[in-house]
Amino acid sequence: MNRRDALSRVALILGGTIVGAEAFLSGCKTGDKKLGESLNLSPDDISFLDEVGDTILPTTASSPGAKDTHIGDFMKTIVNDCYEDKDQKIFLAGMQKLDNASKAKYNKSFLEADTNQRHDLLVALDKEQKDYMDKKKPEDPTHYFRMMKELTLWGYFTSEIGATKALRYVAIPGHYEGCVPYKKGDKAWAT
Amino acid sequence: MPDSLNVNNKSVGQNNYDAIVIGSGISGGWAAKELTEKGLKTLMLERGRYIEHIKDYPNSNKEAWNYPHRGRRTQEMIKDYPVLKRDYPLNETNLDYWVKDSECPYTENKRFDWFRGYHLGGRSLMWGRQSYRLSDFDFEGNAKDGIAIDWPIRYKEIAPWYSYVEKFAGVSGSKEGLPQLPDGEFLPPMDMTCVEKDVAARIKEKYSGKRHMIIGRTANLTVAIPGRTKCQFRNKCSLGCPFGGYFSTQSSTLPAAVATKNLTIRPWSIVTKILYDKDKKKATGVEVLDAETNQTYQYHSKIIFLNASTLNSAWVLMNSATDIWPDGLGSSSGELGHNVMDHHLGVGASGLAEGYEDKYYYGRRANGIYIPRYRNLFGDKRDYLRGFGYQGGGNRQGWSRDVAELSIGADLKEALTEPGNWTMGIGGFGETLPYHENKVTLDKNKKDKWGLNVLAFDVELKENEFKMRKDMQADAIEMLEAAGVKNVQGHDSNPYLGRGIHEMGIARMGHDPKTSVLNKWNQVWDATNVFVTDGSFMVSSACHNPSLGYMAFTARAADHAVVELKKGNI
Repeated sequence: MNRRDALSRVALILGGTIVGAEAFLSGCKTGDKKLGESLNLSPDDISFLDEVGDTILPTTASSPGAKDTHIGDFMKTIVNDCYEDKDQKIFLAGMQKLDNASKAKYNKSFLEADTNQRHDLLVALDKEQKDYMDKKKPEDPTHYFRMMKELTLWGYFTSEIGATKALRYVAIPGHYEGCVPYKKGDKAWAT
Repeated sequence: MPDSLNVNNKSVGQNNYDAIVIGSGISGGWAAKELTEKGLKTLMLERGRYIEHIKDYPNSNKEAWNYPHRGRRTQEMIKDYPVLKRDYPLNETNLDYWVKDSECPYTENKRFDWFRGYHLGGRSLMWGRQSYRLSDFDFEGNAKDGIAIDWPIRYKEIAPWYSYVEKFAGVSGSKEGLPQLPDGEFLPPMDMTCVEKDVAARIKEKYSGKRHMIIGRTANLTVAIPGRTKCQFRNKCSLGCPFGGYFSTQSSTLPAAVATKNLTIRPWSIVTKILYDKDKKKATGVEVLDAETNQTYQYHSKIIFLNASTLNSAWVLMNSATDIWPDGLGSSSGELGHNVMDHHLGVGASGLAEGYEDKYYYGRRANGIYIPRYRNLFGDKRDYLRGFGYQGGGNRQGWSRDVAELSIGADLKEALTEPGNWTMGIGGFGETLPYHENKVTLDKNKKDKWGLNVLAFDVELKENEFKMRKDMQADAIEMLEAAGVKNVQGHDSNPYLGRGIHEMGIARMGHDPKTSVLNKWNQVWDATNVFVTDGSFMVSSACHNPSLGYMAFTARAADHAVVELKKGNI
């Protein structure tokens, strides 16, 4: 990133979402276990995150979903390497919380739930995180589902599939035009 | 490395040159080009590694998805770079171009964000490329305001040299006829976006032509010049450009210097002192510590150009001729290391620009808009001295915007694959006054990886700058609102120096050796065969990006040096 990008990023903050921002927070571990027990996430954990990501950004007529970009692996890499300890704990505990929410709602684990159930569950969790994030004090922890959603959006749209199939990307534009026609439905530039 | 390039690796062979250039960044590269083209056998000393144009830009063709962390900083990086982490430079894409803070510590008696690049080309590889001329409002400012000392030159003396370096470096921009921001020898300007054009027109109207929003003047080629391809609008400049689309030592001045066959480059060469002959009152050469082997060498020359980057040039001078002057070469005036300046920034505003939903842009423009200074000019009078300019831009939001009404799923995904609203944001760059008490000194109690004493910083913003910052935010909000931008929000953060990465001062030029370190030709008063032409010579900071001025003053000084050398005066 150069300074001009850093300056223009200020404009993005207006929208409210700062995807993958440095600041996130602290939490507790739920009893049950299995999901996200350690930073060394298991293949099952990765599959779980793939499905969470794919529910947030599913395959549509125009482009593949998040699972096709290996979003679970991406989340693991970022949480392991870029998150502070306290945020790692929230994320790991959040995996179990999400699964528990599925069990409470459908009496099934998230992976056992069908596509519509997964969608409805994450819609509810997204509302929960938005309500919480809107009200929380700056020093309060970030909601785990906020992390999962941000990681999914960031990981997907910066992946090759996301940038070139869901969005538009020209590696070497060759020239610049400041004002060209746009019609609804034209894809956004990846960067 | 090119065949024609001499690389003096281990001091085998030649130790005597006509000229030695200490440093290889923007000004060092220019010094090497000018001196070698005038026939001087020149040794360029670089403290860091060799970086070859194109070949050593490993990430220049990478895409976001080729980086494990998509360019983002990791916790390990944050640990290794306690200073760099304070701002945007710490990221995964060009980490190797920044100094590892843990190897090169310094002492912050007051916080100073020092972002350094120790390698061939220095920060010319990562610089922001904005290129502006100073005007007589700047050169006359100190004298008129009665602060610090007068600049020893005026615009008309340096104007031809600005032209000279612009023609070679390649600066794109628009001619505007603004006295506070003189026009130059420009390549065709880059385009503004629709929203930028609209905002520019409204600002002009609202402020009756007293304020202007213009396209940034940037050292990116909008047309090809010999040996370099035009800018490809990839916006990957800070990775090193395989097209040579922007000015850097590697793309521009170094090939010219190499072509003369008069240049020798020695990487891994930390200059620990300039050698001084007190009888002749001249420098005779330099002492070098090999950064890889810790061996010490000496090289001799008739003239020396010190271009180590402002603060490191202070360090070199402070360590030189200490048997004559305990505080170092150039310290007789009591000004060496003082008057440290930078631009203060982090203040501005942004908002949403309505309309233009049927407009977009093509390409990634490595440039933005510029609003030249208007405060304390043309009859305007504030409760502080000097002024500020703004950089910014108007673009459409991408996928990272918040879509409040959408949750998750196909609808969200489809919405985010289209561009969002237009936003318009501007951020100020404010002039910092030269305060004698803003200084660097040697910290004799702390050492770097090579056992060398480090610099200690006592530099801070003062009342004038804090008053200015209030205007910088309020004006930004007012102008954007006047231009019809909605939901305008101001911001003001991190009022610290250093983060502008425009270090200036420490060895100001002047009319009088009692109050300045350099004369008007960038010569050290106490050793006239030593020329300091990085940001050290600046007498005031003005408010615009200063690198173009370093190029111009370096070319002028090199010309003078060779004339004086031929006359036998130095």
